[in-house]
Amino acid sequence: MLLELKDVKTVFKTEKGEVTSVDGVSLKLGKGETIGIVGESGCGKSVTSLSIMRLLGKNGSIKEGEIRFMDKDLAKLPEAQMRGIRGGDIAMIFQEPMTSLNPVFTIGNQLTEAIRLHTDMKGKAADEYAVEMLKKVGIPRPEAIMKSYPHSLSGGMRQRVMIAMALSCNPKLLIADEPTTALDVTIQAQILNLMKELREETGASILLITHDLGVVAEMADKVVVMYAGQVVEETDVFTLFEKPLHPYTQGLMKSIPHIGSDADETLASIPGAVPPLTNMPKGCRFHTRCAFASEKCLSAAPMLLTVQEGHQVRCWMAQEPEIWKTQEEEAV
Amino acid sequence: MSAVEAPVPVAGGVAIPAQPERSEGAFRQMARRFVKHKMAVVGFVVTSLLILIAIFAPWLSPHSPYAVTAEFSAAPSASHWLGTDQVGRDVLARLIYATRVAVIVGFGTVAIYVTFGTVVGLLSAYLGGWVDMIVMRVTDMFMAFPYMMVILVVVSVLGPTLGTLVLVLALFSWPSIARLVRGSVLTLKQMDYVKAGIALGLSTPRIVFRHILPNALAPIIVNATFGVAAAIMAESGLSFLGMGVQPPTASWGNMLTDAQSISVMTDQPWLWLPPGIMILVTVLAINFVGDGLRDALDPKQ
Repeated sequence: MLLELKDVKTVFKTEKGEVTSVDGVSLKLGKGETIGIVGESGCGKSVTSLSIMRLLGKNGSIKEGEIRFMDKDLAKLPEAQMRGIRGGDIAMIFQEPMTSLNPVFTIGNQLTEAIRLHTDMKGKAADEYAVEMLKKVGIPRPEAIMKSYPHSLSGGMRQRVMIAMALSCNPKLLIADEPTTALDVTIQAQILNLMKELREETGASILLITHDLGVVAEMADKVVVMYAGQVVEETDVFTLFEKPLHPYTQGLMKSIPHIGSDADETLASIPGAVPPLTNMPKGCRFHTRCAFASEKCLSAAPMLLTVQEGHQVRCWMAQEPEIWKTQEEEAV
Repeated sequence: MSAVEAPVPVAGGVAIPAQPERSEGAFRQMARRFVKHKMAVVGFVVTSLLILIAIFAPWLSPHSPYAVTAEFSAAPSASHWLGTDQVGRDVLARLIYATRVAVIVGFGTVAIYVTFGTVVGLLSAYLGGWVDMIVMRVTDMFMAFPYMMVILVVVSVLGPTLGTLVLVLALFSWPSIARLVRGSVLTLKQMDYVKAGIALGLSTPRIVFRHILPNALAPIIVNATFGVAAAIMAESGLSFLGMGVQPPTASWGNMLTDAQSISVMTDQPWLWLPPGIMILVTVLAINFVGDGLRDALDPKQ
């Protein structure tokens, strides 16, 4: 395993006291694999990735659990060593390519900065390598772009530059936090294709954070569905789309249009919103929005259990279908 | 950042900057906008001339500024273009040498307090927490001082040398720049490119000085320019009061001291008019440069 999260719990200090943003998340990512983390805004998917990078700011901290990466526990690594890993072994691509580049420096300037920091290349060698990286991410006339300032590049171009920057130090793990959300649909496809090509070429593992199930279907091998700071379902991408077990996952599936569906059909939506971190409902965290919620869901929180090989789910209904049926019958 | 002027052809959804090959940098853009501001250009030329006069004073000056001649309070003549003062020294020579004092005080003070204030403001904002709180309370204290009075006391205790003057003026000027820098860094540190820099593994000093500072430079430059004018004014004022540059060293301020009597005011205008005009022209010129820079650096323009 390249990366293994064991019961990671990330908390933030706020005025109202400590809130748990990521609550006992475990996941495994092998070499060359791509894992997708899916969920609504505020479900903890970004905080999970920031926990791996240890970029939680002053108020955030990893309270419990282990983050194993190449035989090191990132949760306990000293900051100085962590800095060597950031941008080196683990690189990150952000959501906003328009603002992720420093406006006062040229592309070449920023690209070679990372290269000089994490490799032995200096001066001309670093410049040449940067041009090569820009070529690799499909930027035309890379020599001219090296001398350009970010404001003269389009969003798609800038995201390509960000990808070049992230991949320039041969990371073993690439964390992509909504890499295509801010881009036009046509550019989205280009960027996804580029990421796939580069994954083949470099053999890097990818942790892909998105709320777009289409992107997951395109890119991921495994999928983790998060809700309110917890993993609610984890399985491979085929099983997830064929047989989603958690009502939340099912809801997400129903909320996207399919080719062949009726044009007049209204898309389903999940009622309500993610509960605030300071006020989690008792029992199953999803019960306030779940169409199938029963007595048990209100009082007892389900565990994340394996229901089939490679398919884990956090839902009473999926875990105890027999009991469920009898209960439903009684209710009727 | 303003948009690129050159048309941007789009090829296959990928925008390519058109000619010129090299996209226009922030500096060139700024220079282009500065040149449009006519008074600023005049101000810049005048300021540059003053600096040159200060540097080449010994070659430009017709006489020594300290040489006492037999002609006391002589009116302008062919040998003394601006006449002589009450002890018989050439006014033009003193005026030229006084430029050195103005330049040293103006730029020296600003160099010291801008450097110090910028570093303090940067660290205060970036580190935050109790560091920030203490630094800000200290600046509050400095800004609440009746500083002219404190300067008078400090100068009379330490002795009125050029060095003391520069240090004392700098001591009371850094808090404003520290606050200015802190304000912009608080905004800048939330920017995505700063977060991206951290995610790339850059060290804190590198992020602060290489990525945040250049973006906070515009207001610092403008403030520093006005600071030069303010320091020259303060020096003139102190010298006029006798707490600044001491005779026989010439300063525009202490040259004006001669004008304290009504008879000099009315009968010997060559004693006070030239230094007065020099102060006025210098401060105006520098302030015009500041105005021009502010407009040129303003991203909203």
